[in-house]
Formats: sequence, structure tokens, C-alpha cells
Amino acid sequence: MSRQPILEVQDVTKAFGGILALNRVSFEVHEGEILGIIGPNGSGKTTLINCITGFIKMTSGRVFFRGKDITGKAAHKIADMGVTRTFQIMRPYYSLPAYKNLVIPLFSPRAKRTGGWRGGGKLGDRNTVGIDILEEIGFERDSFVPYKIASTLPTGYLKRLELARCLALRPEIIMCDEVFSGLSMSEIASMVPLIERLQMDGITVIMIEHRLRELFQVTNRVMVLNFGEKLMEGTPEEVMTDGKVQEAYFGSQKVEEVMTYA
Amino acid sequence: MAEDRRKERLDRGIKVRTDGIYALMSKRELAYLTLPRLVLIVGMLILPLVLPSMYWQRVISIVCLYALLALSFDFLAHFVGLVSLGGAFFIGVGGYLAAILNTTFGLPPLLTIPVATVLGATICTLLLFPCLPLRGVYFAIVTLMYPLVMGRIIEALDILGGTDGIMGVESFANPWVEQYFVISMVLVFLFGVRRLVNLDIGLVLRAVMDNDQAVRASGMSITRYKAVAVWVASCMGCLAGACLVHIYMWAGISLFALDFSILPIAATVIGGGGTLVGPVLGCFILVPISELLRAFGTLRIAFYAIILVAFIVLRSEGLMVYGRRKYHQFERWVQV
Repeated sequence: MSRQPILEVQDVTKAFGGILALNRVSFEVHEGEILGIIGPNGSGKTTLINCITGFIKMTSGRVFFRGKDITGKAAHKIADMGVTRTFQIMRPYYSLPAYKNLVIPLFSPRAKRTGGWRGGGKLGDRNTVGIDILEEIGFERDSFVPYKIASTLPTGYLKRLELARCLALRPEIIMCDEVFSGLSMSEIASMVPLIERLQMDGITVIMIEHRLRELFQVTNRVMVLNFGEKLMEGTPEEVMTDGKVQEAYFGSQKVEEVMTYA
Repeated sequence: MAEDRRKERLDRGIKVRTDGIYALMSKRELAYLTLPRLVLIVGMLILPLVLPSMYWQRVISIVCLYALLALSFDFLAHFVGLVSLGGAFFIGVGGYLAAILNTTFGLPPLLTIPVATVLGATICTLLLFPCLPLRGVYFAIVTLMYPLVMGRIIEALDILGGTDGIMGVESFANPWVEQYFVISMVLVFLFGVRRLVNLDIGLVLRAVMDNDQAVRASGMSITRYKAVAVWVASCMGCLAGACLVHIYMWAGISLFALDFSILPIAATVIGGGGTLVGPVLGCFILVPISELLRAFGTLRIAFYAIILVAFIVLRSEGLMVYGRRKYHQFERWVQV
């Protein structure tokens, strides 16, 4: 890989008082790649995303986007550059209809420059563009779903709305914080092609996920975090067979033993 | 008993129509929508003509100034999520500016009012700017400090006329100009703010209230949009302050009195928060009641408090929220 990585994270460290949530985590992502980040609860996955996107200030370390240092920039400036994120606990605008939820990101300076997802540089009426994006992401256009107030939407649609909010900015990177969690098997099955579509559109995706089976369908490179430290990085097969990873997830017992109890 | 109860909810169908996109189908529906607005506009415009005395006409002017403050409170609290107790601060800044412009620079009210409004709003926004990252009760308590501090600074440093205030401010040309100016300003800002909150930028402001982190994740600075909202709100407050100074022909420390911060909140609670017209209505109820109760002498405040509590306990949702719901049910009412 001689190309410059689209995102380069160097020695990111975050301490909350006495707790070291992230300890010198470094990784690189190349353009168009899908990187998975896994790890047990409390291993620092969401904190890592928060640090990269500027939602919390990191204690030390550097983040480069396309070679430009974005360390310590304000969250909205980082999003304006095209580095976007979804929230694990969905954050829609509950009092607004689904399509009006997208009027807000479409009002941003970045959407005005880029014209929204596939907008071709010119932004049309925000309501129409909003409904177009919702249709692409799986809201049935001719149904009432895009017009429903967000607080009445089921979890599956809210997860899609999180993605749609990122897409409205025409992002270069989307960091998905557990988009599969809380969804039924059939809902996940319909989300997987969506993630693959993002990649085909040239968007780099970083996915935090607990649903390993579905994650391994879409990605071929996974990073494992444990207690704020990077345990390893590799293909799904390498990660699954690694002794340290198994220990982090299941304790010192062998996977086979755990599986027999299950 | 059970036979004359309905089995169907009244507001379902109408809720769908009024919350979403709807088309006007007939003249009757057009009337259904325009009638409440016409009643409000015509009612306010004939008010000075039907009132018996100069005294009550002056009361209406004061009501309108409070209505502007209540509008500004409702806009900030229910459409941006900033609970501001800074009404007195806006009044004071607008009022003193108008007084200085008039007495020192000799500008006529026609100029001092717009200049004090725009310049005052800018000053208020700049001074409040450091507090904008605060939310909820923290923002409320900090904005409450501003008018208190301003009053004490003027008193202690003996600037801007000190405790005597600035006297000899020019009045409006005549009471009619005064009346119709403040009434038309209330109407302009009422319908203007209603329009604003439904524009795309208004949606962004509501989004800041709903979920400021998501707005940041969408690449927009929340502080910037809060500043825009505070500027709009302080425009209304400073306008009210500038008018007040020209009505009383005097500017003093009492412009920073807490009445201007608290009464708009009471009016919003009574009228119904988030309706914009409700707080205006609330002022039209509260301020005249306060004047009528003068007959009771010192017991005035006690009666005032009882009336206020009664409103809050019996109609806690606010008159306009209640009234609007009943109005939307009215069509079906007659058929049942």
C-alpha cells in the first residue's frame, strides 16, 4: 500500500480522570475500505470514534484526514470536512417528521457545497432531496413512513435515519457505531447490502459492531480493542483464531468449551 | 349514560390534516383557517378605538410591550431550547440606547427605535455569547444575572444618569401613533416569528433544541445558530425597551426590573408555550388583571397570585393549546 491513507490515527490516548479509556491506539484506513472495530463492552470503541470526530478532546495523539491534521478541531468542522459518524444511541430530531430530519443536515455548509448525496454539486429543494435520500436508504417513498414523526418510528428506521443524516452531507468517511444492534435478523439482512452500497459509492466505512457474523460479511479487515488497547488487526479468520482475542471475549476458557455450554 | 358517549376520538383525522401537508378544498376550509387569524388582527387593531379612556389605552401599549417580551421568551424556550430570564436585560439595553440616542444625539423616535433595536440586539448577543454553550437551568440563571448586574453597575458607577436616570426623552407624536405602532409591531413579529420557525433555518433551531449533538454531527456550529436565535429574540426585547422609554419619556434603572423577566414567563404558561400567539394572549389577560386589582390596594399581589395559580392548576396546558384543540374539534362537534 503505497497510497496515502484517507484516515491515519496515531497514538490516540484518552484518560477520564484515573481511567485510561484509550492507550496509544494507532491505525490507518484507506479510501473505499470497510474497517471493522470490535471489542468487549467498555473497551473504548465509542470513545475512539468520539475522539476522532472531535466530540471529546483526546489527551494525546494525532489524527490525519487525507494528510491534514484534524486533531482537536471542533466536531462540526470535522463533519464539514466529510468525516461523519452515527450515534449508537440514536439521535434523531424526535419532534420532526423523518424527511424533515434531513432538512437540517442539508442546510449545512457542506451539503450546500456538495449538493447532498449524489446531488451533483447543486442542492435542490431540501424536502425533495430529503425524501430521495430516505428512499435510497430503505424508506418506501409511496408509503407514509417518510412523513412519520421520528418519535413514532421503529428502531430499524431510526438506524437508517442515522445513516441518512450522514449521507446528506455527502461524506467521505462514515463511522457507524453499532448500526446492527437492536435490530431483528431480517432487518440486519436488509442493512448489509446498504453498507455494501456505501462502499460502492466510494465512501470509506468504519464499523463498530458486536454482530460479528454480519460484520464479517461486509469487511475483510478488523481491529480488536480491549481495555483501551489495540489487541490486534487482521482478517476475520486471523482474528477469530487468535488466542488473545478469544481470551478477551471469553476469558481463559477455550472457545470450544464455551460453545459446548451454549 | 354510556349511550351518549362517543366511541371515536375526535381529533384523529384532524390531527393528520393539521400536522402534515394539506390542501384547501373549499371556501369553508379557507375560512376555517383564516378566521382565527382575522379575529386576532382585527381585534387588536380596533382595540384602541373601543377603549374608554386614555388610561386604558396606555395600558394596552404596555401590554403590547410585554407581549413582545413574551414572544421572545416563547421563541427562545420552545423553538431553540434556551430558557432565558433576560427579558429585563433586553428592555434595559434597548431602553437606555434609545434614550441616549434621543437625548445626546438628538435623533427622533422614528430613528432611535430601529437603531436601538438592531444595535441593542447586537450588544445583547455579544454580551450573552460566552453563555451560549450553557443549557437548561444554567442558561436561565446566568441570563437572570445580567439585568441585576447592569442595574447595580449603573447605580454604583453613577453613569447614564445614575439613580436619577435619563430624563427628557421625546415622546411619540401622539397617543394614536404610539398605540398603532406597538400593536403593529406585535403583529409583525408574531407572524414573522411563526414564519421563521417553519423555514429551514427555523427547523435547524428546533433541531438545536431537540438534539444539539446531532446538529454538530451534521457539520453545523450550534453556538452560531444559538447566537442567531438570541439576536432575533433580543431584537424583540430591545424594540420593546426602546418603545417603553419613549412612552414614559424617561430611562432609569427600573428598566432592568425583574418584572420584565418574570411576567412574560407567567404569560407563556397561561397562554400555552410553543404556540407563539398564546403568550401574547397571556399578556392581554395578565397585565389588565394586574391593573384592575389596583382597587384592592396592598392585597393586589395576593389576588394576582391566586389568579395565576388558578390558571396554572386548572388549565396547565395553556389557554391556546386548549383552545386550538377545541377549535380543531369544532367541525366534528356540530355533527356529533
